[in-house]
Amino acid sequence: MNTLIHWWNLLGADGQHLVVMTAQIVAVMMSVIVSVAMMTYAERKVIGFIQVRIGPNQVRIFGLPFLKGLAQPFADVIKLLLKEVIVPAESDKFLFLLAPLIALVPALATWAVVPFSPDFVLAKLDAGLLYILALTSLGVYGIILAGWAANSKYALLGAMRSAAQIVAYEIAMGFALVGVLMAAGSLNLTEIVRAQSHGYASYVYPWQAAGFLSWNWFWLFPLMVVYFIAGIAETNRAPFDVAEGESEIVAGFHVEYSGATFATLFALPEYANMILVATLASVLFLGGWQSPFEGYLAADLPLASPSFLWLFLKILCFLFCFLWFRATFPRYRYDQIMRLGWKVFIPITLIWIGVECVMVWFKVGPWARVL
Amino acid sequence: MRALRQFAKTLFLGELLQGLALTFRYMWKPKFTVHYPEEKTPQSVRYRGLHALRRYPNGEERCIACKLCEAVCPALAITIESDVSADGTRRTTRYDIDLFKCIYCGFCEEACPVDAIVETRIHEYHMENRGENIMNKDKLLAIGERYESMIAADKLADAPYR
Amino acid sequence: MLTTILFYVFSAVLVGAALGVVLSRNPVHAALCLVLAFFNSAALWLLLEAEFLGIVLVLVYVGAVMVLFLFVVMMLDINVAQLREGFTRYAPLGAMVALLMIGEIVYAVWFRQLGVNLAGSAPALAPGSNTAALGELLYSKYMLPSELASVVLLVAIVAAIVLTLRRRPNLKQQDINAQVAVRSIDRVRIMKVDSVTRS
Repeated sequence: MNTLIHWWNLLGADGQHLVVMTAQIVAVMMSVIVSVAMMTYAERKVIGFIQVRIGPNQVRIFGLPFLKGLAQPFADVIKLLLKEVIVPAESDKFLFLLAPLIALVPALATWAVVPFSPDFVLAKLDAGLLYILALTSLGVYGIILAGWAANSKYALLGAMRSAAQIVAYEIAMGFALVGVLMAAGSLNLTEIVRAQSHGYASYVYPWQAAGFLSWNWFWLFPLMVVYFIAGIAETNRAPFDVAEGESEIVAGFHVEYSGATFATLFALPEYANMILVATLASVLFLGGWQSPFEGYLAADLPLASPSFLWLFLKILCFLFCFLWFRATFPRYRYDQIMRLGWKVFIPITLIWIGVECVMVWFKVGPWARVL
Repeated sequence: MRALRQFAKTLFLGELLQGLALTFRYMWKPKFTVHYPEEKTPQSVRYRGLHALRRYPNGEERCIACKLCEAVCPALAITIESDVSADGTRRTTRYDIDLFKCIYCGFCEEACPVDAIVETRIHEYHMENRGENIMNKDKLLAIGERYESMIAADKLADAPYR
Repeated sequence: MLTTILFYVFSAVLVGAALGVVLSRNPVHAALCLVLAFFNSAALWLLLEAEFLGIVLVLVYVGAVMVLFLFVVMMLDINVAQLREGFTRYAPLGAMVALLMIGEIVYAVWFRQLGVNLAGSAPALAPGSNTAALGELLYSKYMLPSELASVVLLVAIVAAIVLTLRRRPNLKQQDINAQVAVRSIDRVRIMKVDSVTRS
């Protein structure tokens, strides 16, 4: 123990900072990866329940008699990692193996600016919102490269669909974020959450915290809907999963992938991005870590104090919506997706940004406190 | 006016919300999954599963090699060769059923005049090696001996309806 | 110290990637090298604490422009041999442009060493957010030029759409609005038919 402290002191301030940061990054990454595993389990369970079935209920953790089925994702991961990685003979082998990594990096790197609690965020980046936009737009590279490098028609078709779709929905998503930016007056995600803490329902409770009524969703509801749906499209989830389209292009961009490359190309980034979109939706529109009862209950009650648990609950709600939508809606036709993105979402966001401008001009609602 | 109503309906995602409400209701419905290896659905006594050749209670083979089953089999899964046996009766020397060809229609059972070939209620079986799909006479007779009590009970239960 | 090392690492990769763009035979590889080059220049800007510019470079060029670029390159079946035919003919011109650019860079670096300030005084950046400073400047002092630029861009977008828009009158297309607006009573007619007794 003493030697440990000795080494710790030897590191100096910079070294200690480096070690702490690395530990934090590893902790966040591990939680994301474990959440991804749990998410696959939750997906099978929820969709099973909606389809009046049970879902996985056999694999137990170390054979314990309770929580049957919870170890299913881990069993799946072990199976995938042990399987052979087949590289097609006519493929671009370097890019074929690089594509899963390229898909994985943005999905994990975006977590750097996500504020988990009032004082825990990996990077206090001032241009956090821009950083998120930039990195989410990179996610498409993994898919495009996977589709092209495999040298397969189905994979290429899937990649093309995915590329066009992501470029289309990024614009709607960006406009939705512009609305949030206008409401918060900052690109820093921590500031955006703080800006949601008070004053939104300022006619009711002037200058006070109004709990869930003071969050962004109250005035930016159309933008929240657009953001979330665009997020579903960006992550290639049902009902926008034409990039996979197993009924017409087999499995789209990941047809040729197997084993560990399949796990890192498809499962990990897709689910990590889902969790990310849910997290961002709750941070940007549902007040992040803030309690919905703030301002209604005594401030020293745990129920009314901000904590990570509130963020967690909000994320869970959005993630449930992902699964719920998948179980409910049939897949969109490709031209319908394009129409929805370009002709419906972009006008809606533009109109609502105009509405916001009017509200800012006349100092209505949340903007009564500004200036 | 109608156009306006239509616009509002699509803009506020009315039908999509209806669908979501439906699936949400279904999520809480009782599940009717049967936990298969532990629970099994009830089987009819007429269930047509794995084949068996029966014997009379005194141990004599029922099959008289009339080849009606071979003739009636729509999938041509049955192959029979016959000869005169040591006691002067007509017996099969070969009775093969290819389980991969068989469609489990039960015609062989219906055609048999002596209730020799029957389909049992066994449906949980598998093959591990090539060639195991051919059920020869010995295997069929072994199944018949092993499950005779079940087969006899099933036939008895089904008899009033035939 | 660390900044200097990082600068040289990023610059080296940037130069390597730029060479890759020019030298690689496969157009997709060239496009990917360009992506790498963009990334490294964004990293260089981040080192200069121009985080807004760096991130916007990634967002616009890598996230949107290069995706469309790759999209097109993958869709087209580019014949590399055909492209190489004119190489010798255009080589002198290309070399001249390259020499000119190298000359400019050398000139600029030379002047900086002499202590001459070329681009006006670069003010010390406000610590933290230069995004806000940039925005303030853009929407106050340079309001008119930036608005003009955006109008020009808008005109370009409209022009691109108009140029590619062609109406084919005998084409059978679905009218999605009409499809969505269909109600059950438009399609299904429930008729009351009296039962008939056969004689």
